Amino acid sequence: MSFRSAVITFPGSNCDRDMAVALEQVSGTAPIRVWHGDADLPDGLDFIALPGGFSYGDYLRSGAMAAKSPIMQSVIAAAGRGVPVLGVCNGFQVLTESGLLPGALMRNAGQTFICRSVALTVENTQSLFTAGYSAGQKISIPVAHHDGNFFADDATLDRLEGEGRVAFRYAEPCNGSLRNIAGILNDAGNVLGMMPHPERAIETAQGGSDGRALFASAIKGLVGA
Amino acid sequence: MKVRIHVSLKPGVLDPQGRAVHHALESLGFSGVQDVRIGRLIELDLADGTSDEAIDEMCRKLLANMVIENYRIEKPELAA
Repeated sequence: MSFRSAVITFPGSNCDRDMAVALEQVSGTAPIRVWHGDADLPDGLDFIALPGGFSYGDYLRSGAMAAKSPIMQSVIAAAGRGVPVLGVCNGFQVLTESGLLPGALMRNAGQTFICRSVALTVENTQSLFTAGYSAGQKISIPVAHHDGNFFADDATLDRLEGEGRVAFRYAEPCNGSLRNIAGILNDAGNVLGMMPHPERAIETAQGGSDGRALFASAIKGLVGA
Repeated sequence: MKVRIHVSLKPGVLDPQGRAVHHALESLGFSGVQDVRIGRLIELDLADGTSDEAIDEMCRKLLANMVIENYRIEKPELAA
């Protein structure tokens, strides 16, 4: 059975090709490329990816404009039906702005753009996206962002922790994120947003392949080994 | 009708930009600056008769992120 995925491109997305290459290399099937102005998603999708970049030039707030684009209304509906959605970097910002994930991503506490590989701790190994890792595993994944400082009120943070919805944490403080949160899941577990870029770590030629297991476990979980 | 929307960070939300500007003011020799918070001013030119409810909805749906920001709507003084 083939794996039917889509990568959404907004004006200003710049990691959409990386995401498409990662999905194709791991699944063997090229994803469908979808433009932000399209009102409808292709039928029968197994997986939707929102890539990194600077959609709409980060106007107003990072991800704010993309979150209101026509295609996002279809993505929100698909997520509600249980279709897995992965948002990386700007994709994570779009997910919080659209309300699919709680919290907000603010300017990095140190004010600087951070572009380097960071150590992450895998906190949740029960989700579709993280089942390929072991609990507490340390992985190295690149970050490249200016607005990755995760904020939510204490009640929301406690709920995320209590429900096991923190997927990844920075092993060392990185950007000011509360409780070092790097990636979170929605309550149903089918939406993951994360600032680090797993699609930039799928083969050793990229300097590391720790991101591959995320795609591999999602694909295995969806269409079988 | 010109309406101004003042968007500001909620109290308690760390403002890294404000903190950096605070440091810069101090390094310029200005004393007595207790705190700096940076917000955003959005000017809307709206059709006369646009309802308060509609303006409020614009703020909540797009102009402010209610997770981290508050907003205040400033309408023009009615001419006598």
